[in-house]
Amino acid sequence: MTLLETRGLTKQFAGLHAVENVDFDLPRGQVRALIGPNGAGKTTFVGMLCGRVEPTAGTVRFDDRDISDLPAHKRINLGIAYTFQITSVFANLTIAENVALAARRSLRGADVDVAVADALERVGLHEPPEQNASDLSYGHQRLLEIAMGVVQQPRLLILDEPTQGLADSEIEAFKTLVRDLSATSTILLIEHNMAVVMETADQITVLNFGQVLAEGTPGEIRADRAVQAAYLGTG
Amino acid sequence: MEIGPYLLLASLEGAVTAAVLALTAVGLSLVFGVMRVVNVAHGEFFMLGAVLAWWISSQVAGHPSLGFAVALLVVPLLVGGLAALADMTILKRISYDPERTIVATIGILYIIQQVTLMTYGPDARPVEPPFNTRLAIPWFEFVEGKPRIYWPWGLSTTTYKLGVIAAAALVLVGVWLLMARSKIGLIMRATQLDRDMALAFGIPVERVYALVFGLGAGLAALAAVLIVPIQQAHYLMGGDPLLLSFVVVIIGGLGSLPGTVVAAILIGLSDGIISVFFSPTLAKILATLLVALVLVFRPQGLFGVRRA
Amino acid sequence: MSDRTKTLILHAGLLVLLFVLQFLLPAYHHGNLARIMVLASYAIGFNILFGYTGLLSLGHALFFAAGMYGMGLAIRHLGLSPSAALLCGLAAGVAISTIAGLLALRTVGVGFMIVTLMFAQAGYLTLLYFGEYTRGDEGFVIQQAERILWGLDLSDPTNRYFAAFALFALCLLLTLWLVRAPFGKVLVAIRENEERARMLGYDVFAHKLGAVVLSGTLSAMAGAVYGLLFGYVGASFASVQYSIFPLLWVLLGGAGTVLGPFIGTLFMFYLIDLSSGVTTAYMLIAGVVLVALTLFAPQGLVGEIRKRFWRGLP
Repeated sequence: MTLLETRGLTKQFAGLHAVENVDFDLPRGQVRALIGPNGAGKTTFVGMLCGRVEPTAGTVRFDDRDISDLPAHKRINLGIAYTFQITSVFANLTIAENVALAARRSLRGADVDVAVADALERVGLHEPPEQNASDLSYGHQRLLEIAMGVVQQPRLLILDEPTQGLADSEIEAFKTLVRDLSATSTILLIEHNMAVVMETADQITVLNFGQVLAEGTPGEIRADRAVQAAYLGTG
Repeated sequence: MEIGPYLLLASLEGAVTAAVLALTAVGLSLVFGVMRVVNVAHGEFFMLGAVLAWWISSQVAGHPSLGFAVALLVVPLLVGGLAALADMTILKRISYDPERTIVATIGILYIIQQVTLMTYGPDARPVEPPFNTRLAIPWFEFVEGKPRIYWPWGLSTTTYKLGVIAAAALVLVGVWLLMARSKIGLIMRATQLDRDMALAFGIPVERVYALVFGLGAGLAALAAVLIVPIQQAHYLMGGDPLLLSFVVVIIGGLGSLPGTVVAAILIGLSDGIISVFFSPTLAKILATLLVALVLVFRPQGLFGVRRA
Repeated sequence: MSDRTKTLILHAGLLVLLFVLQFLLPAYHHGNLARIMVLASYAIGFNILFGYTGLLSLGHALFFAAGMYGMGLAIRHLGLSPSAALLCGLAAGVAISTIAGLLALRTVGVGFMIVTLMFAQAGYLTLLYFGEYTRGDEGFVIQQAERILWGLDLSDPTNRYFAAFALFALCLLLTLWLVRAPFGKVLVAIRENEERARMLGYDVFAHKLGAVVLSGTLSAMAGAVYGLLFGYVGASFASVQYSIFPLLWVLLGGAGTVLGPFIGTLFMFYLIDLSSGVTTAYMLIAGVVLVALTLFAPQGLVGEIRKRFWRGLP
């Protein structure tokens, strides 16, 4: 069963193809990693999935419904959650309020507090929740960002470079979290850390110059010559 | 008067408005273009120019053209210097944040206006033009199928009004040469394109900003000196030039000098002609709504090109 | 003591104080305070948009005047009762702020400021243009007989104070509710980081429009009540100056604070009141205060208190 599919998805910036003609299918329940060298078009691609970037051509279907023309907030409300590559928390609001804002879309009253505490616990952010988000270290802001995604209990969770800036112990915890979340959510993970990718992903899609270069299990990708040449640099 | 001579007269008056408006609006546009801030006090620098022109010409003895000439040279420098000072003491300290700059320049607006009220007073005062010969203009009519030239009563202009148009055109060419051909213009354009890059290349961005802010205000003051023999100086006279400059700058495309000049000519001429048919209040209502709707639906201006 | 209790005590305390003051103040200050409470309600309306949503309108006089003229013209030309006229003022506020919001919200930042400024200017000029009905700059008086609301003669100072107090209390409690309500929290989120709020699934445009309409309607209500309480409707209330005033009051008191608008209005009112006895150029004070605030205290009085002493202050 496919949760998300794109057909011919294309984005041009001033004549340059950032993403070119991408057909992409993501089955329900899968953890999919999206990898590729810098500038391969990964963030632009997921931006078109969740409505931040308007595609030049192509369609996006989510849950058997064409969402190509929906504005971002409506896509989010269908159950897509997006965490930003460049940390984008509400710096002047408290940790709790950051997560609560994400939770209140579906919950009200005391349920919000429960969900907030639960999400913070799950991502392992143990700072006092009444602290301002701007007081957190960069790595902890990444965790907060993830908590804001998790608390929405999305059907599709898009994580854009979640482990960037995390300490090793936090990365270990993150891997556990992803496995744990995969029971309830489909996950699309943009990631540079190959260890995280190889350990958590069911399937990997490799983007290069805006096009799909390869797709397969971690084992297949590791063995793929083209990928090695383009990306791993060990060709 | 028939409609033909009437329209010619309206266009001539409109050309004077357009000339003065072009100078004022180019000043506003320059500041917005290079510094990316909106100077709400721009109209007050205009007013200050007119009031100072009255003051200087009343201080200088001798032929009125002497006082006027001194004012023409000194007033833009004085007002420009004051504006540069305001830039360095106020705008620089709020890092040219666009929204806080608007609030601060609203404050500057009231300070200039009210200090003028306290010192210069609430009266409107005239300045004598340096030269002012009335020029009658001929028109033609058909008598028994043959054209005949005649001199309609009231169809005339003055040498001074023509002088204003010429002077404004001269200054605008000067500004264009400054921006397009001189080194300082190059530096300004570099700062406009990329402030950080300009800083990295050792361009003293803060001094460029003070200069541009002073130049913008100086142009408004110059425009006011030119118009004050026709219009009289008054402490509340800054409102209309501000509004019209906004109209011109926004319709011409924010920060584009050629667009600004074209729009000023269009607005100035149509202002003269529209006021033949509509009341001035209605013309102003239409102008304000035009600015608002252009910003809403075509923020690049009517003549601008949408940038990707 | 929890923040919530302290907040309750503080705001209830202010309301009690204002209520009691009417029995203690001499006539002159009694009248001033009534005026300040109505103007502070206007400032509260402005603060919802500027302080909480982060949208700086330079044209709120349009809404204030919409309420004032909606009320005044209904009495003058339709012969409506004061209560029905108040509703007209409110309806005018809702209608005009909805239209202005739908258009102006297509722009951002400086564009929004200029568009709102221009709308208000067009509104002001329209009042002048239809001088036959609006009496233009000169304005018109609402007779004492037309100012009896639910049996209360609003030209009587005691009743007037009470009505002003009721309006102010309503607006204050509304802001207190708003900052705790999910809607208000989304507005703050939009102010802090619009893109993030959108990517949490919030319809940013709808929320901003809601803020414009709420803010415009409160401003219109203040305008309508002002006209009714002081018996005068004039185009000067639609001028740029009355768009700048609420900005000045809110900046001085503290944008995005519940008490800021009142504190700012109180200070500024007396500052101008004192200086207008000395010079006709009293707006000089406004100019100096605006520049000084942007330079030295962008948080305003209550904002500084929150920053330094009491982080939980709403």
